[in-house]
Amino acid sequence: MNKGQINLRQIIGRIGLWLAVFVIVSPAILFFLWMASLSLKFEVDNAAYPPVFIPERFAWKNYADVLASNRFLTYFVNSLVVTGSATLLALVVGVPAGYGIARMAAHKSAIVILIARITPGLSYLIPLFLMFQWLGLLGTLVPQIIIHLVVTVPIVIWIMIGYFETTPIELEEAALIDGATRWQVFRHVALPIARPGIAVAFILAVIFSWNNFVFGIVLAGRETRTLPVAVYNMISFDQLSWGPLAAAALIVTFPVLLLTVFAQRQIVAGLTAGAVKGG
Amino acid sequence: MSAIIRANRAAAPSDAAPEKELRPPSYWPFVVPALIVVIAIIIFPWVFTIWMSLNEWKVGSPTTFVGLSNYLRLTSDPRFLEAVGHTMVYTVLSVLLPLVLGTLAAVVFHQKFAGRGFLRALFIMPMMATPVAIALVWTMMFHPQLGVLNYLLSLVGIPPQLWVFHPATVIPSLVLVETWQWTPLVMLIVLGGLAAIPAEPYESAQIDGASFWQVFRFITLPLIMPFLFIAGMIRMIDAVKSFDIIFAITQGGPGSASETINIYLYSVAFTYYDLGYGSAIAVVFFLLIVALAAVMLYMRQRMLWTEIASGA
Repeated sequence: MNKGQINLRQIIGRIGLWLAVFVIVSPAILFFLWMASLSLKFEVDNAAYPPVFIPERFAWKNYADVLASNRFLTYFVNSLVVTGSATLLALVVGVPAGYGIARMAAHKSAIVILIARITPGLSYLIPLFLMFQWLGLLGTLVPQIIIHLVVTVPIVIWIMIGYFETTPIELEEAALIDGATRWQVFRHVALPIARPGIAVAFILAVIFSWNNFVFGIVLAGRETRTLPVAVYNMISFDQLSWGPLAAAALIVTFPVLLLTVFAQRQIVAGLTAGAVKGG
Repeated sequence: MSAIIRANRAAAPSDAAPEKELRPPSYWPFVVPALIVVIAIIIFPWVFTIWMSLNEWKVGSPTTFVGLSNYLRLTSDPRFLEAVGHTMVYTVLSVLLPLVLGTLAAVVFHQKFAGRGFLRALFIMPMMATPVAIALVWTMMFHPQLGVLNYLLSLVGIPPQLWVFHPATVIPSLVLVETWQWTPLVMLIVLGGLAAIPAEPYESAQIDGASFWQVFRFITLPLIMPFLFIAGMIRMIDAVKSFDIIFAITQGGPGSASETINIYLYSVAFTYYDLGYGSAIAVVFFLLIVALAAVMLYMRQRMLWTEIASGA
């Protein structure tokens, strides 16, 4: 690394690299910038040709309109309840399961997770839809919480198996010899070490549950829609102007985008380890 | 005193090592809650789906056992067969394009440059963002008169397209969205593969004066092949099942030009409420995915054999 010897070839290589980076990243960046632009323009600017990229006046009222519409808050709370419950339940049953499977080296049980991974989300919906109908649960959020477990439980189990397989077993054995029960070992030795793995499982479960759409369109009624379903219904019925639509879309996906930037390392680790996505 | 000690012994096996050999199921209590959940929401629906597929089962009318007739009906359902064709075209394109572009992106992201972490976060945003929200914006961008894509085409002198509004261009347009969305996943998996390659082969290639392309073709590509295969497999499974993007942008239209198996399954089960027939479609759909995965595994295996054969 002799800095005095930067020759022409290296400079060209550097420029080429930056050009390649620019070409690769720009579809993503330009898309989200355009999304923001659409959401901040008045109807006049959104219907203009050639398109206006940065308008003279920002239409902040698009956001105000979406947030002020009386059902939006309900849908936001619905999304929080469904994603929150489905993720917490998945952690409660999935983290111990991942531990047990890893320690028993029961690798064959992972086949169930793989089948869950391959199965189209709609094929869970048909029988569970009937079940919920029979149980009279369809007007509530319970069916969506339960069916979101189809997404979150396999993610959590899969990631936790992988994580517990890498944590050292010696400490646990020492604790067992000292007279701790298996539960105590799990609770006080294994679990604290596994915190980073739990964070990965938590983040991915939250994102894929939050984004889920297919379960909602079948199971959600007028009062029980989650945000993705609410946005979809805006396209078909309520809204025809682009500004508020784009604003709603951005509001729905903004928490996820924020999480992607700030928890990038966990997301990358989780996706490359398990590459599980539900639905 | 001795009773307490004995009780302690019983509760906590202090001589764990030999006892562990004898009682391997001692970890079962950890797994049982998850097992119950998995049986309730994954295994039970599966068994029930198979049972329903053997019945004439419509919402609001009595069910009758009809054996395999739902499956027979599939073989002569033109809309289903058409959907299979659409799914195949959609899947092949949605596997190949992200594989090629994702590998290129991985090679670039494998280099060191300032702001790499942040730029990588921006790059993976499309696959993390809420699909419906994305679909909504793409729909606006595809708009023939007001959409920004036709404007961009006009800048380079290409006439305006109808994108998702014409039967001939709808699937390629949807594949464009799918590729934009899922190239990052391929990139991440291949990037993991690149990180695992040792430096030695590159050093000796540099000494031998190999070109960039030669290095890529004869060193990098063979070494990342296992990762490309995994990425291709995951991509195939997701592309076959793709639902959100297609449903939110076209609902399978115009006409039925972009109706894939999954979209058709939705219509049968939840528009016509023909649950028996829908279940049969779900079963065949699942078997089709398994079959595709098996074909890919077989091809991979053959590739390995020929490699070994040519190496020997």
